[in-house]
Amino acid sequence: MTTILGIPIQALFGQLLLGLINGAFYAMLSLGLALIFGLLNIVNFSHGALYMMGAFVAWLLLNEMGLDYWTALIVAPIVVALFGMVLERTMLCRLYKLDNLYGLLLTFGLALIIEGVFRQLYGISGMPYAVPSALAGGWNLGFMYLPIYRGWVVLASVVLCLGSWLLIEKTKLGAYLRAGTENATLVQAFGINVPLMITLTYGFGVGLAAIAGVLAAPIYSVNPLMGSNLIIVVFAVVVIGGMGSIMGAIVTGYLLGLVEGLTKVFYPEAASTVIFVLMGIVLLIKPAGLFGKGN
Amino acid sequence: MTSVYPPSIKPSPQRLLILCLLALFIAAPFAVYPVFLMKGLCFALFAAAFNLLLGYVGLLSFGHAMFFGFSAYITTHAAKEWGWTPETAILLGVLTAGVMGVVTGWLAIRRSGIYFAMVTLAFSQMMFFVALQAPFTHGEDGIQGVPRGHLFGLFDLGDNVVMYYFVLAVFTGSLMLIHRIVTSPFGQVLKAIRDNEPRAISLGYEVERYKLLAFTLSAALSGLAGSLKALVFQLVSLTDVHWHMSGEVVLMPLLGGVGTVFGPAMGAFMIVAIQDYFSEAGSWVTIIQGVIFVVCVLLFRNGVLGVLAPALKKRGIMV
Repeated sequence: MTTILGIPIQALFGQLLLGLINGAFYAMLSLGLALIFGLLNIVNFSHGALYMMGAFVAWLLLNEMGLDYWTALIVAPIVVALFGMVLERTMLCRLYKLDNLYGLLLTFGLALIIEGVFRQLYGISGMPYAVPSALAGGWNLGFMYLPIYRGWVVLASVVLCLGSWLLIEKTKLGAYLRAGTENATLVQAFGINVPLMITLTYGFGVGLAAIAGVLAAPIYSVNPLMGSNLIIVVFAVVVIGGMGSIMGAIVTGYLLGLVEGLTKVFYPEAASTVIFVLMGIVLLIKPAGLFGKGN
Repeated sequence: MTSVYPPSIKPSPQRLLILCLLALFIAAPFAVYPVFLMKGLCFALFAAAFNLLLGYVGLLSFGHAMFFGFSAYITTHAAKEWGWTPETAILLGVLTAGVMGVVTGWLAIRRSGIYFAMVTLAFSQMMFFVALQAPFTHGEDGIQGVPRGHLFGLFDLGDNVVMYYFVLAVFTGSLMLIHRIVTSPFGQVLKAIRDNEPRAISLGYEVERYKLLAFTLSAALSGLAGSLKALVFQLVSLTDVHWHMSGEVVLMPLLGGVGTVFGPAMGAFMIVAIQDYFSEAGSWVTIIQGVIFVVCVLLFRNGVLGVLAPALKKRGIMV
């Protein structure tokens, strides 16, 4: 068997793939966080809880209504986005004039409530979600075995991230959004309905988190704690990348996933802490983050 | 009208209230289960230590569980494995928390606001994984059956009432220290930084140093609270370093009143009472805490003491 630095090449690529998948989730979540932060000036702590909700909606659709994965991929994000928009209209919108720490506290409280409710209803043992039959099985690529579903997750996340990036950077709607991030009052003066734009942005951001949740369902078991553990890592990713740039959030997400995967190969004990250590180093060298602008 | 008392020892309503409270706490273990009171006091100290940072420097840390939990781990390890006396074991725990405070604080104060919160949360999560994997913490089992020992070799802390008075003494001393810190010239500079950082810098204060010292003090006092709590319950587990714990200590001052000396302690007692009352009800504690967060942020951002403040000020109890 071929080895690199004493590591079997199969294991190396296997871990890299796992890292890439984790990176895909980091990228999708930090992209949503950056979008929401840009326009609402709020760090959405409930992002992880809404990701978990996406996975749960998919699970409920399958087990209660018999709707398959592909339907869930469309319906779950819409349900979660609507839920998010209700939260934004009823609660978050009251905080825009205050210190943005209040937004963090409020969304933290919401995360506790959402997580608590799902724990109360479904317990903390995970629930399995079968890989859809069209994506079952795998390909032998010669140097590694690629489960089709995992390839699909990476592909879907890249398409979603690039699509969002194009939407924000290249369309008129995205131009409004970027202008609103720079100066919301001025954009409003030009006759654009900024409150509506804010609500839709929040819906889009959490919808993205929900899609990530549906994509994650067949890989990890669906359980109420899946979001909170992820969101803290995503926060570290966001600190490393800086929330100033959409592309920065995406690239940092994938890169850190890969770094985590590599660490699992060469020094498994540090795999769960490596991102936080990197965060410390980045704070030392470039406190504003790799893609950040100012503080 | 001239007063018979020199101004410094005039028994103001505030002092009278504090004396009454102290008398109440001294008598309390004969009416209320001492372990519940001790839990309340430990968390009150934790909340007051945390509030030193949030209320007086304006820095929201989302990672104070790492100081609370690691100090507890070190203290219990020293007391159980090395047979140290409680006061030395606690001292070692506090020292550890202080050193951790210097290191994490040194990195975290490079950012402010939201980023500061995320950075501290991330470091705390890192320490959670360390606690999960390090051999001396015994991972999921935690450290159990920790001997409380004899204080200074004299007082048997195994007795709940003796332990209670020890905790009460430490709590009172720490709160006096915190009060002294925030009313000192150092505390005034901290408040200046909180209210207008650029101005404090332009006046020539080395803001970073003040922030770091405040962070370290807050970390060390949080460690003291953790060590005490570990000795009271004679165990430490991963819940003490979990991010839920960091969230709880944010909630306590928020509920009681940020930026006051007694508000956080009051909030802590309320949260502990809620936890005790709903301890059998599964996830309801989490849900209720979430609801309190939401209600506090949306409706009364100054906490219970903030709502009561006008009435208390009128009677001269609060200044």
